[in-house]
Amino acid sequence: MKLRTLLRDAHFRHGARDMLAFGPALAAWGLLTGVAMTQSGLGVGLSILMSLTVYAGSAQLASLPLLAGGAPMWVIWASAFCVNLRFVIFSSHWRAHLGHLPRGRRLALGYLLADLNLVAFQRAWPGATTHRTGQARYIAGGAISVWLVWQTASLAGIALSSLVPLAWGLGFAGTLSMLGIAYSLLNDRTAWVAAVVSAAAAVAAFALPLKLNILVAIAAAVAASLVMAQAGKAAEAMRRRT
Amino acid sequence: MTSTLDSAIAIVGLAAVTMLSRGFFLWSKRDVRMPEPLQRALQVAPLAAIVAITAPEIFLSHGVLIDTWRDARMLSALAATAFYAWRPGVLGPLVAGLAVYLPLRLGFGW
Repeated sequence: MKLRTLLRDAHFRHGARDMLAFGPALAAWGLLTGVAMTQSGLGVGLSILMSLTVYAGSAQLASLPLLAGGAPMWVIWASAFCVNLRFVIFSSHWRAHLGHLPRGRRLALGYLLADLNLVAFQRAWPGATTHRTGQARYIAGGAISVWLVWQTASLAGIALSSLVPLAWGLGFAGTLSMLGIAYSLLNDRTAWVAAVVSAAAAVAAFALPLKLNILVAIAAAVAASLVMAQAGKAAEAMRRRT
Repeated sequence: MTSTLDSAIAIVGLAAVTMLSRGFFLWSKRDVRMPEPLQRALQVAPLAAIVAITAPEIFLSHGVLIDTWRDARMLSALAATAFYAWRPGVLGPLVAGLAVYLPLRLGFGW
């Protein structure tokens, strides 16, 4: 599809608009990541390269101390992959909605899809497990607006790093901005249980290296929601029998 | 600090890691179908990820559970939560949280 027709497409615009609602969160994280990169001693040029190519905030932050400490490359890459393992899980989700695209386009779009893209998509198409018309355009609209907001904020962070006082603990702004997004997803009992289980597991497993506590938390939440679905089915069957 | 070239190579490799992880199940031509119940349960994965990134930042301090109420982050999260209950959104709770956080942190060093 031509870029100009895409920009006028209703689904594309819808996707872009939904993601811009998360703008403050993206900007806060992007800015912090930009500042953190330069302050770790990476230098402006490499920071820009990292921002534009790696495009994965949590993996970037995790690999900064390793880069600064001169760790072997395979260690840096392997730890980034561990931090990114949640994206492997997400990609199985995207598969159902992007599987019809040619491989090149599928992978290019997939590369751009971060956590909040999936969050917005799930809100716009609740419960969808198969492809529907317009989904790919919706996803592309969100992907491009996240990229623009994130890169702008990250590059601003790189440029202004000496002016942003990290000692104020501004890193907490990123956390606070995620709070509102997490609350907005608590729309049924399964979501509540998943959130509580995930929070408890992430805190309990915090001592694990490479942010693997995030993966443990996701696994625990998914398991809890599986159990709840099965229990719900069993209760339903029992009610029908009596 | 290693040489600039080494760092550049490491960074390009990290970009490949991003592509690999985000495109993991998009690569194959064949459809990867998961059992329906698991697919349904995986719907909570993004929420779980966001909560898992956020919760330790609020409840832990240097890897240990916070055991005092005199903590800027906990009080600030409470303020953000209260604001969300009043007016849901992203920016409002963020501003409310920072309005509590910054004075406590800069004024009292909590």
